[in-house]
Amino acid sequence: MAERTALRAPRPRGRDPLGLRRAIADRLLPGLVAAMALLAALAMAGAVAAGAMAERWQGGAAAAMLVQLPAGTALAPAAAMLAALPGVAEATPLDREHLASLLRPWLGDATNLPIPAMIELRLARLGPEAASLPAAIIAALPGARVEAHGVWVARLSALARSLQGLAWLVLALVAGVAAAMVAVATRAGIAARRATITILHDMGATDGAIARRFAARIGWLAGAGGLLGAALAAPLLWLLGGLAAPLLGAALTMPWPGLVALPLLAGGIAWATALATVRLWLRQLP
Amino acid sequence: MVRLEDVTLRYRPDAAAALAGLSCAFPAGGFTWLMGPSGAGKSSLLKLLHLAVRPSAGRLDVLGTAVHAARRQDLPGLRRRIGVVFQDFRLLPHLDVLENVALPLRIAGRGEKQLLADATEMLRWVGLGDLMRARPEALSGGEQQRVALARAVVARPALLLADEPTSNLDEQQARRVVALLREMHRLGSTVIIATHNEALTQEHPAATLRLAGGRLVSHG
Repeated sequence: MAERTALRAPRPRGRDPLGLRRAIADRLLPGLVAAMALLAALAMAGAVAAGAMAERWQGGAAAAMLVQLPAGTALAPAAAMLAALPGVAEATPLDREHLASLLRPWLGDATNLPIPAMIELRLARLGPEAASLPAAIIAALPGARVEAHGVWVARLSALARSLQGLAWLVLALVAGVAAAMVAVATRAGIAARRATITILHDMGATDGAIARRFAARIGWLAGAGGLLGAALAAPLLWLLGGLAAPLLGAALTMPWPGLVALPLLAGGIAWATALATVRLWLRQLP
Repeated sequence: MVRLEDVTLRYRPDAAAALAGLSCAFPAGGFTWLMGPSGAGKSSLLKLLHLAVRPSAGRLDVLGTAVHAARRQDLPGLRRRIGVVFQDFRLLPHLDVLENVALPLRIAGRGEKQLLADATEMLRWVGLGDLMRARPEALSGGEQQRVALARAVVARPALLLADEPTSNLDEQQARRVVALLREMHRLGSTVIIATHNEALTQEHPAATLRLAGGRLVSHG
């Protein structure tokens, strides 16, 4: 009888008839999901940071080129000439008041200073022809000076947009890998409880009832892993926001709502993946 | 009522038939011995009757449902009306005895309080009231068989099947298990028991269906 006492179940396990608390490891899956959640959080932060940089640089690139006219050149005919050059979408003369307001932070109210006439060019596109445009401008207006930094800023902006797209792609990839990982863990759980599943099935348990037990266990573990990953990511995101601030001229608004939603998303993806995996497997039973 | 018409069962399309052209009927509320040598098809017939497999050909009607034509999603409800005592017990090792017996009630969605009361009563009925919290591995073969029986009957099945329920038991335990099965029959279940034990069938005379080589030899 002593032996029987020793073999008593430690607590009622009725709510876990499949024995999933033992069949599905409660450390490995949350650990892996935590790593995935951390990557997802970093990808989200990267996407947000790249988007903010692209936004800011796009503003700077609005004036793709500035042309300083030689002294004595009439502004309106020069603007018309520049607008007619290939690759130029718009040529806008900058009036003296506007230029004075741009100089005011550095030179004060120096209205008596001689300010050269300037024309702002917007380009139709940032193709290779943009590189040859300065030479064409100088040929059309001998003595003119061309400031083409906007082209590079626009290219940086385009690069930031690409990085943003890439970050979202990485996020989707992380979600896909997480789903595949959950499917593998579910299959391992099924393999460990194959006989038990068959017995429950033969007793009249529906596919949905069996699958929901797996999904609940795996969804819970993945949610816990997501919470851990989000908690680890929070200080990193805060640091990243600080690092990006000088580049943006303002503090970067990190995707905190996304970070809060991460555990729910991890749990939800795992729940749905486990449900589908078990249901698919159960279809082989009569 | 259970009825088979020209039923054939193959486990794989290219395998020999485990059951070939079998036609028979088991009346509602009847008690039937299923006999035959090893490999005769007794276990295959029981598998068909508790819907663990579907017939490869022929008609199978179980408790008013045409199993051969039924949709897959219609079968769980029918399975819940069938109790099975397996030769190897098939108790779940990670559950205690009480939870093993409560399992069919849990699957049927019975409330927690009610299912524990019913499972406890059933364990007392099979004489294991003092071992409710033991694990199956701590029990003797006879005790495990009685747990399996309690689990099979706890939901008051309309059809009760038993595959060699006495093969692992001594004579006294075997008599006790058969008495419990007869009691279920008395309470209204249709009972079909596969056995090798001729002495047992003589001790409890009832309709007997004999199989050999997957075919019906006699029924009467």
